[in-house]
Amino acid sequence: MTNTEDRWAGERLMESHFHPRQAALNLRDAWSSWNGYKFANYYYDAEYEYFCIRNSCGTYDICPMQKYEITGPDAEAMLNRMVTRNIANLKENRVTYVCWCTDEGRMIDDGTIFKLGPEKFMLTCGSPCLAWLRKSAFGFGDVTITDMSDETAALSFQGPASCEVLKKLGLEGIETAKPFDIMHFPFQGGSGKELMVSRTGFTGDLGYELWIAPELALDLWDALYDAGDDYGIHPYGEVATNMARLEAGFIMPDMEFSEALKTIHFQHDQTPFELNLGWLVDFKKPHFNGRRALLQDRDKGPAYKLTKLDIEGNKVAEGAYLYSNRRCTQEIGYITSAMWSPVVKANIALAMIKPEYLEGDIWAEIYYQKELRQYSKVAKCTVKNKPFWRPARARATPPPGL
Amino acid sequence: MKQYDAIIIGAGHNGLTNAAYLAKAGLDVIVVEKNDYIGGAAVSRELHEGWIYSNCSYVCSMMRQALHRDLNLTRHGLVLVPYLGTVGFGDGDRPLISYHNADASYLELRRHSPHDADSMFRFQADLARYAQLIRKTLLRTPPDPTSFRPRDIQEMLFLAKQFWMLGEREIYEYMRFFTMSAAEFLDDYFENDLIKAAMASPAVIGTALGVYSPGSAYILLHHVMGDVDGNIGAWGLARGGMGAISTALAGALQEHGGEIRTNAGVERILVKGGKAIGVALEDGEEISARIVVSNLDAKRTFTQIIDKDDLPPGIYDKAKNFKIRGSSGKLNIALSGLPKFTGVPDNRYINRGGQLFAGSLETMERAYDCWKRGRWSDDPFIESVIPSAWDPTVAPPGKHWMAAFVQYCPSKLADGPWTPEKRDQFGQTVIDKIERYSPGFKDLIVHMEVRTPHEIEAEIGLTEGNIFQGELTLDQLLFNRPFPGYAQYRMPIKNMYMCGSSTHPGGGVSSACGANAAREILLDLKLPNTVPEDDCYDE
Ligand SMILES: Cc1cc2nc3c(=O)[nH]c(=O)nc-3n(C[C@H](O)[C@H](O)[C@H](O)COP(=O)(O)OP(=O)(O)OC[C@H]3O[C@@H](n4cnc5c(N)ncnc54)[C@H](O)[C@@H]3O)c2cc1C
Repeated sequence: MTNTEDRWAGERLMESHFHPRQAALNLRDAWSSWNGYKFANYYYDAEYEYFCIRNSCGTYDICPMQKYEITGPDAEAMLNRMVTRNIANLKENRVTYVCWCTDEGRMIDDGTIFKLGPEKFMLTCGSPCLAWLRKSAFGFGDVTITDMSDETAALSFQGPASCEVLKKLGLEGIETAKPFDIMHFPFQGGSGKELMVSRTGFTGDLGYELWIAPELALDLWDALYDAGDDYGIHPYGEVATNMARLEAGFIMPDMEFSEALKTIHFQHDQTPFELNLGWLVDFKKPHFNGRRALLQDRDKGPAYKLTKLDIEGNKVAEGAYLYSNRRCTQEIGYITSAMWSPVVKANIALAMIKPEYLEGDIWAEIYYQKELRQYSKVAKCTVKNKPFWRPARARATPPPGL
Repeated sequence: MKQYDAIIIGAGHNGLTNAAYLAKAGLDVIVVEKNDYIGGAAVSRELHEGWIYSNCSYVCSMMRQALHRDLNLTRHGLVLVPYLGTVGFGDGDRPLISYHNADASYLELRRHSPHDADSMFRFQADLARYAQLIRKTLLRTPPDPTSFRPRDIQEMLFLAKQFWMLGEREIYEYMRFFTMSAAEFLDDYFENDLIKAAMASPAVIGTALGVYSPGSAYILLHHVMGDVDGNIGAWGLARGGMGAISTALAGALQEHGGEIRTNAGVERILVKGGKAIGVALEDGEEISARIVVSNLDAKRTFTQIIDKDDLPPGIYDKAKNFKIRGSSGKLNIALSGLPKFTGVPDNRYINRGGQLFAGSLETMERAYDCWKRGRWSDDPFIESVIPSAWDPTVAPPGKHWMAAFVQYCPSKLADGPWTPEKRDQFGQTVIDKIERYSPGFKDLIVHMEVRTPHEIEAEIGLTEGNIFQGELTLDQLLFNRPFPGYAQYRMPIKNMYMCGSSTHPGGGVSSACGANAAREILLDLKLPNTVPEDDCYDE
């Protein structure tokens, strides 16, 4: 063994296509991991980075997200059989949000499908899904599934200034992209390579996702950071994403749901109805995976229902149990994610609550710490039907100025 | 003639807050404002195309989060955003950098003084303890210590309990703290001149006291008792400028059916049989209402818009002698690029946040000496922020604006009245000083708004240009604000109230005065209270 060999190589995480730039900006060395990639928790200050999403603009590395290309004459039928939503009407250069379930109707994962051509789709999701895709293709003759995860560089670019910056980057007409639209641009003139931009994201704000060949990743980064310099562009990581998505009311695996294929106990995973994703389930389309079980679940009503809560006071209700009475004797559910929302100035949470209790009082028993001492309080919760944060600019086309 | 339930005189942020809570209770309210814009000292205006200045207040920390939340100010367009690092410039070469990260800040302090770096922990804990106590009083009506009404006794007990919880030793310390000078207070912790000067800076802002004047320690506390999302002492920016706060409050008011009239200066509060019955506008129009609320400072309210004969004996003199000495100037400077500061690394988190041109306690005291002699300081203390580096909406991309707050600048000059020439000379003194620390700064200037106490009074009616609507010294705080016996927002004329910063808890963009006054008014009208409790009690 020569001494230049890295003896820890087998233990090291992979580095994303944007890693050299991101590592230079990660002043706090705050790394975690996602799907085997080294992945930033935050770079400088998590809350500051969260505010870039709400106030200026920021980039979030989605290289570690899983991306599969599904092509062939049967691609659409196969996907439509796998996911609960009807994608038959999905137009070319459009994206749609989907989820897919086991035969028992339990949710495996959620993700997005990009229709890139009549017989060409891209599926993106948080966790590896190749095995399930292969299983789902069983019986479909002409489908090719290619894992593109490591061969695509992708950067989420979110925030009120994002459209302005993309315009400055030279993406002509980007302001005409509607939510879930896909546009293609030549990247840096005649290189022959293209930059794909979708108006998608996980922040509930104005934002885009940029898709490019790995060899152009750093060029894209540099050009984007150049264009964004006067607009406060900044990378953000896991912590800021988690804050933004909770304000938007989006669910997160391992927070709101347990991926069904990884769950040991049969009651510990969820159906789309429990997660408020009933609108993704289309019983009118031809057969799809989990259909029978989901029909039953719909008619019987879910055991729990994902609910948005506004909680009095400012003590974050992380991990709190919920009760129907102030004395906390009748348990009715539990908090899945909670935070103080700096932009809305509210104490917000997502919770799983037994539906029969949704009309009555809801109280959270919150534990918190002050200088090593434990305190608890019981706080009244109010059910919210709309996302906590949903600015008009997230939907407007063209987006308004800054 | 239509009779409103309430007229609020002045669309300062406190007037708007007060009106919003009265409207929320179902009252028919109108706010009348002399200017053609709302907001008073919480205002943003585009004086140079593309640049939106926060003309007076420019940073936010005191705004009561509970009110922001309750009035849905975010839905009405208000978003508070952070700015990072601050740099303190001393008389020597090496500035003191305050990083956004605790470890980095500690290391920087240690480079200046290992002793002070260590002492800073105790200083922060002590200040936080004082702040926690005073914070609990912000959204409460001060009790009248001479009264035996159950509510006053209950409130006195609340205060006593909060004090008691500090522990015996701290009770003495706290009493001392209220009357101490900032310099004495800081001497107990720090040895380094620049660190002391930087820590003393909040103690001089807006006040006609010097760092060695008794009472200045409290001013320091007043500036660190606010918070951003629970981080006590932190300051942030209102996206789009401080006017966004007033606009959002106006939105909340209108949502509840309230009206606002601009270009409607009040000439006189109409009083009949010892009761306020409405107002007469400058153009002669009269508006009648069951109650009248003044957002103006106490001196202005009682010496300018009420007939002396309508007042019970003594009040006029109290108002005349109300301590409201102007001491601050402000420059809003449009810049063609980002200034560079000597000795500050090209670190984007710290080279564009806030700057303190503090010098030393000695420099600050000399600046105060000038004020005492009726001159503006020739080597002024300046606190500046570059909001455009953090908020992309207030200047064109790549361009910037700097808010520079200046101590000291008197409202009356020893050598005769303020003139535009003198104002510009004052402005020149300020940018000369900045240029010393940022060579080339002056070449970046594309437009500048220079405000002395004279302009501040003329434009928004803060008497003598005092930014707090009255000095924040113990004789004018809590149950003494504005006058002993009148600290519960009810004024000596029946059906008349005050809701501006002249009342408890004093100056700053907090909305607390307006909300507290609304609670008292609703109590008198026997209507359910619409004002929420503060959310700081279990801190
Ligand atoms: C230069 C400057 C910088 C400051 N910086 C900060 C800061 O950074 N952060 C902070 O928290 N605080 C700051 N302050 C203090 C803060 O802005 C004020 O304490 C606060 O805004 C006062 O609000 P208010 O509603 O009580 O009164 P005001 O804002 O004074 O409102 C009074 C209103 O009444 C109107 N008015 C006056 N006379 C009449 C009349 N006759 N008829 C009708 N209307 C009338 C005025 O036009 C005004 O709109 C600053 C103040 C100044 C002046």
